[in-house]
Formats: sequence, structure tokens, C-alpha cells
Amino acid sequence: MSKHHVTTTINGEPVEYLCEAQQTMLDVLRDELNLTGSKEGCGSGDCGACTVIVDGNIVCSCLMLGVEAEGKTITTVEGIAEGDKLHPVQQKFLEHAALQCGFCTPGFIVAAKALLDENKNPTEEETRYWLAGNLCRCTGYDKIIRAVLDAAALMRGEAGAV
Amino acid sequence: MSYLDKSALKVVGTRPVRPDGVEKVIGRANFGADMVMPGMLWGKVLRSPHAHARIRSINTARAAALPGVRAVITADDFPPIASEEAFVGEGPMNFRDLSYNCIARGKVLYDGHAVAAVAATSPAIAEEALDLIAVDYEVLPHVIDVEDAMKADAPVLHDDLFTQGVDPKPTKPSNIAKRIGFNKGDIATGWKEAEVTIERRYTTQPVHQGYIEPHACVVAVGADGQCTIWSSSQGQFMVRAYCAKLLGVDIANIRAMPAEIGGGFGGKTLIYLEPLAMALSRKSGRPVKIVMNREEVFRGTGPAAGSVIEVKLGAKKDGRLVAAELLLKYQAGAFPGSPVGPGCMCAFAMYDIPHVSIVGYDVVSNRPKVAAYRAPGAPNSSFGVESCMDELARQMNIDPLHLREINAAKDGTKAAHGPTWSNIGYLETVQAAQANAHLSHKLGSNQGRGVASGFWFNIGGESSAACHINEDGTATVVEGCPDIGGSRASMAMMAAEVLGIPYERVRPIVADTASVGFSFLTGGSRVTFATGMAVTQAAEKVVVELKKRAAMIWDISPDAVDWKDGKAYPAGPNAGSFEPLSLQEIALKAGRTGGPISAEVTINAQGAGAGWATHICDVEVDSETGRVKILRYTAIQDVGRAIHPSYVEGQIQGGVTQGIGWALNEEYIYDKDGRLENPGFLDYRVPVASDLPMIDAVMLEIPNPRHPFGAKGVGEVPIVPPMAAVANAIFDATGIRMRDLPMSPPKLRAALDAEAPPPRLAAE
Repeated sequence: MSKHHVTTTINGEPVEYLCEAQQTMLDVLRDELNLTGSKEGCGSGDCGACTVIVDGNIVCSCLMLGVEAEGKTITTVEGIAEGDKLHPVQQKFLEHAALQCGFCTPGFIVAAKALLDENKNPTEEETRYWLAGNLCRCTGYDKIIRAVLDAAALMRGEAGAV
Repeated sequence: MSYLDKSALKVVGTRPVRPDGVEKVIGRANFGADMVMPGMLWGKVLRSPHAHARIRSINTARAAALPGVRAVITADDFPPIASEEAFVGEGPMNFRDLSYNCIARGKVLYDGHAVAAVAATSPAIAEEALDLIAVDYEVLPHVIDVEDAMKADAPVLHDDLFTQGVDPKPTKPSNIAKRIGFNKGDIATGWKEAEVTIERRYTTQPVHQGYIEPHACVVAVGADGQCTIWSSSQGQFMVRAYCAKLLGVDIANIRAMPAEIGGGFGGKTLIYLEPLAMALSRKSGRPVKIVMNREEVFRGTGPAAGSVIEVKLGAKKDGRLVAAELLLKYQAGAFPGSPVGPGCMCAFAMYDIPHVSIVGYDVVSNRPKVAAYRAPGAPNSSFGVESCMDELARQMNIDPLHLREINAAKDGTKAAHGPTWSNIGYLETVQAAQANAHLSHKLGSNQGRGVASGFWFNIGGESSAACHINEDGTATVVEGCPDIGGSRASMAMMAAEVLGIPYERVRPIVADTASVGFSFLTGGSRVTFATGMAVTQAAEKVVVELKKRAAMIWDISPDAVDWKDGKAYPAGPNAGSFEPLSLQEIALKAGRTGGPISAEVTINAQGAGAGWATHICDVEVDSETGRVKILRYTAIQDVGRAIHPSYVEGQIQGGVTQGIGWALNEEYIYDKDGRLENPGFLDYRVPVASDLPMIDAVMLEIPNPRHPFGAKGVGEVPIVPPMAAVANAIFDATGIRMRDLPMSPPKLRAALDAEAPPPRLAAE
């Protein structure tokens, strides 16, 4: 079976790869491009650990085929920080101890960043519903929600901790 | 030394960023499935489609002939092992059973039981090869339900399983592996003294630990027999011990490397894939990686036991308990070893009851072998006892918290399972609940409030840790327990406190089995207690050495040197007059004062302080759909000393949320053929962010004097009270008592309909 040639943009860089027709975007990221920050928790779009941003929308990369990336712009967890400068969501996850095992964290970081790109002042309820597609089994979500709301406040230039 | 005086602490009790945090928020941390090796093959596991069947034959020839396939294995590739108790995991384990659980021998015992495995050059080829393995099964009658499995005519899983703990010893095999009992006082006297009695039956379904990271490993066996294992587990020493035994290899020939672990909650205190990858690697001569998918995780690993809980309580008219009786039937899954023992011991631990009788049964059936899950055994029996306490309180018209207050175990109370309590904070959790602002929130219609308490032992055990002082005055702490929820931070904080240097100058690592002394696994809420004790002692040994070096530089006696805030001082005017020497200055001169400064400590930590908790839960019941919404949740817990309070809160909030899932939604559902019907996160629905409110974690610090900083284990007891707290709140809201978990919308809706037919129908 011949492989497909794909030209795309990942984390701001032009990327070319060969993939098989049945390979998911998550397989490509992890196994072909060594971008192992995106995690596979279920392979069926239920846990959100593989969340990436594709042309501005959050997508479970396990539900997308590698060939579908042609011509798209993709951001993975590896592309959220700017160099050594963490994104406010990442910074607030650390300050609020919003991770325990850290396995779901990449998906949450990507999904939360996308939320704050779209909504600068989300309510707690909006945040909870936005992140309802990301499973965390360790934290009970409490500190995650606080971290995201606090990151939003930081990005708005407000000091208020949640 | 003791650091119990909180006011003197500079680092412990603060909330710094965890040392491994940045790696985890930028996606660089390496979990089990992130490891790759040159020349690596991909392994896949063939699993049984039957709940119970004899394996007549397995033909692997076609799979082995598929281009790209490098090895195929079955049970024949593993040495037969004699029955032998193992003490390397959490809870009871038998090496033979573990071997048979990893790969079926003779019979498959549950849907999802591994029967063969292949290694190939790509995952797709490995998957294709599985389809080419021909297994000839003779399907046998199966049994799923625990009480069905106990019946005399039930299909028997193991011909050599004779019930232990009964006299006379049975002459016929059965599915009842064990009967255990605990007695205190004289139960007949208790019933004579009782003025009010209540007797109820409760049931729970198995639930999965639900860690988001599926099991994963890479194993490389060399031609010389040396083996390296990278895997995600709750204990690299556990992985090493089990693999050595199952493959018949010397422990020294295995080096187990701990990957970051993506959640475990007890479910990664045993192994599934590592022995298979090891056998495949040995056979193929190549490194082999195996990663489970989510369906395999549900069908083949975990879960926690389902159970039947029969409770009888007897009290005086003033509410004082005088008698308590408990009968527990716990599902062990396909092999003996349910946590019925701790279930028995935890059930009444919160209370001072003169006459107690407890009986528990460990029962096998055609389900996956149960694994430890957060306070294993305690949530089941406590759901029964704490629901029954609520029923008693309401029957007697006593406030449920007051009923607990007047019966609370205190220092000096003797528990039914033996120990006499000391330094326990149970009563304090009840009193803190009574004083909590939560109670002042008014409840609306369809809303209710429930309370429940819980207990977990917490353990100590064997731990090793090293503290190395680097040339620039920074410190490296080396320990052997996987960091599952922020324990690296706690280790660095305790070392920094002892050394008197900033937290940021201490770097903790979790080392492989060749780089640190033996350490028991991460489980039983033991790491901050036991490994923390080892880290503290290692840092203290380093301080002794630092003082010796300063004394050498000053040419005075080491006894004349004090250590404070990371500096050596002359102990008093008689010691001489010297400028203080900082740790950094001493480290710089270490080469000239005797060489590197470091210490390793190995201990078997004793004196773990038990965990006690009381929870308050407010719910709203949607009478149309039967859905329960958690409005408010407060979890009060005796934590000893919170080393890093944020991670203590996190343990409490996470445990509560798992408990809420157990209460409201999670369950294993089998079809009539014994096949699991909901092996995925869509149908096995764990709580999501929009299901929950903030969880208020209230930490009571009643220090454990047996730990240098007063720490008690905190991770497990939070999952014990929620099921009853939610059930009691549902009763408060609706007047309906839910005694069968989960209290899912269809079940609650049916109960609501049975209680009061919908007015619409009544009007018709």
C-alpha cells in the first residue's frame, strides 16, 4: 500500500510527511513526527487527551486522519508556549496545582487556550461545559477550572486570583 | 528530629510549583507509551471473546508466517508457576494467579482474558496477525453475579479452589475463596442491650479506576539475558519482582525504569503487559512495545470489586450504638483476592461499638481480576454502613452528624479488628462538619443534604532515598516511588526544610531499580509518609556530615557546630568565633574535607497515621429524568500535616469526584453471555467538568508524631464517604432510599415512579 504525501503547518512550521490512509492524525503526530505531547487515552474521541487546534477549532486528533491535515494549520500542546515563555494557561496550571498525573494536561491546555482565544471572560459554567470533553480522573476539575479562570483574568490584565 | 512545630517551618506547608510541572504542561513528560527504541517491534494481545471456556488448542502458524511478524507467544512460552503468595503489590496476590491472569493457561476465565500475543514491525501488521491466530474454544457455563457464584450449583472457575477459613475444610471446590471474620465483645449481648435495631441490604457494582493513561511498556531483552523495562506503573520494583518471577529470571538481570504514570489509583499496582513484552522480546531479539487501547483497559484490567453488604445496627434510645453486624460478599473477579479484608476492617472503624461481628466472603466469578482502587474495599462496606447510619438517624429522629459524634472512636478506642487508636482525628472531622458554613446554605425543593464518614488505614513500609549535595550547593533527592500526584514536590520540600535551603535548590528524581535502594510501590497512601521519612532522614544525615565538614574547617568538635537556615554556626561563644559557613561554601570545599557529601537511607517505616474523613453533600434531583446534580460538596479530613497543601486538596477533590462517579453513574454492564457491554468512556461515563461544582477540601491538621513532619496518608480516604453521602442526600431530597449503586438516572427515575406515580398519569 503506497503512502500519502501530506503538506501541512504544525506549530507554525511547514511540515511534510508520508502516512498511510488509515493512520490517525494522532498516530502521525506521535509515531511519525515525534510530537508525543498529544496523548491517546481512548482512541474514540471521548477523553480529549489528544486535543489539537485545527484551523482555529479544537479537534480530537484521534478522530482525524493524517491525510486530512493537508493544507491545514495545526497547533499541538508543543506549540502553545512561545519559546521558553509559557502561555498564561500553562503558568496558571502550575500555580494552581491543576495537574496531578499530568496525562490529561496537554489536552486541557490546548482546549483551554482555544477557549480563551474565543472568549476572554468565560464564566465558571462556560468553562466547565467547554472542558466537558476533556476527562481528568485525578483532580476533580476544581483546580483546573480555577487555573483557566485565573489565566483568563491574567490575559485581561486583571490581578484577581480565583 | 521532629519538625512538628508548624510555626518554625519555612518550606513545608507552602505551595510551590512542582518540580516536574513545566515538562507536563508543555507536553514533554514521557509517559509509558512515549518511549521508543531503535529496531522496536509493536506487540498486540489476543483476548478471549468468552466469559468462560476451555482452550482446546491455539494454532499460531498462520500468524507467525505473516511477513513482518517476528514472534508469537502463548502460555507455553511461560514457565508453569506453583501457587505462592506474593507480597510486592497492594493487596493479596498469588504469583501463579498473576501469571495466568497475564496469559490464560488451559481456560479463559473472563471476556478480555489474554490468550496470545504477537510482535510485528508495525501496529497494523500485529493487529492483522491477531486475526490469523486460531483458538479452538469449548465454551463453558459462566457466572457473573457474586451471589450466583456462591451457589452450590454454580459453574466452578478453579478445580483446586477450596474455601479457606471454614471448618471443616470443604471437600468440594467452589467459587468462595475465603471466609473471614472479626469479632469484638459478644454480639448476642449487644442485641439484648439494643433498644432500637435496623437491618438493611446494599449492593454495589464493579467500577474501574479509570486512569486516563492506558497501560503501556517497552521491554528490551538482550542476547545475554539482560532485560530493561520502561513502563508506567505504581512501582518499578513491583514490575521487576513480578516479571522476574513470571519469566523465571534473576532479579539482578532486570532493570525497571519508571515512566511518568498517567494515573493509577491502585490499578497499576500489578502488571499485565510487561511479561508479554518480555517474552516477545526474548523470542524476537528486538525491543517490544505494547500499548493497550481503552477497550482492553476496561475488559482486561482493574476493576474494583462489586459487592453485597448486609448491615445490622443496634442502639440505645439515646443513639449510642451497642451492636453492629456486617456480612460482606465481595467479587474478586477471576482469581481470589478481593479487598474484603479491608472492607471488613474499615466498616465500623469510625465508631466505638462494644459488640461487633463481621463476616466477609471473597468470591471468584467470570470477570476481570479485581485490582486495588483507592482505599480498596472500604468504599463498598462504608456505603452500606454509612447509609444504614443515616437510616438509623432518621428512624430515631437524631441529627446524622450528632449520631456520629456520640459514637465516634477516639484515642483509646479499640477497633473491632484489633488496634487501639491513638492520635486520631475522627471526632474532629465530625465537629468541623457541624461548624462548617456549608450547613447554613438553605435547600430548595427537590434538594437534599447528606453526610457520611470514612476511614482508611494508610500504610508505611519499605522505602529508600538518597540526598546528594552537588558541588554548587544544590541538592539532588533520589527516591524510588513513582510520582502519581505531586509527591516529588513534597520530597523536595521536606529535604529543603531539613537542609535549610530554598525549595528551588533541591531537585528530586524518581530513579530506576538500579539507581536507588528497594522501595515498595506507590500505594496505600504511603509515599509522603514512608518515602518522606526516608528523604528526611537522608537529608538529616547530610546535615550531620555538613556540620562535620564545618568543624573540620574551623578545627573544632562537630558537637560545637549548629545548623540553621542552611548554614553552619559555632554552637556558642565557647565553640570559637567564626563566620557562618553556608551549605554552598561547604559543598565547594567538599573535595578537600573528605570527599562528596551524600547519604542514602533505607527504612521500613512504621507508625502510619490513619485517615479520617466526614463529607457533606448537597444534591438536587430532577424528578423528570432522575438525574442527580451535585450542588455543593465539602470534604473534611484529618491530614496530619499538609506538606504541600494544594496537592493534599487535589487528592481530596479527586477522590471525592471518583466517589461521585461511583455513586451516580459508573458500573460494569455484562450481557447474558458474560461480555462487557460498556468498555469505553462513552458508555462507561466518568464525571466530567460540567457535572460538578467546586469541591471544598477542609484540611484538619492533627499531626502524626511518628512522622518527622506529622504527615498522614491523604490519598485514599476521600473516596470512602461519597457514595453514602450522595445516597443520604438523595433520600433527604426525595424520601427515597437508594440501596443499589449506581444511583443512575434510569434507576432513580424508576424508584421515583414506584414511590409516587407521576401526577399526569394519575389525572388520566
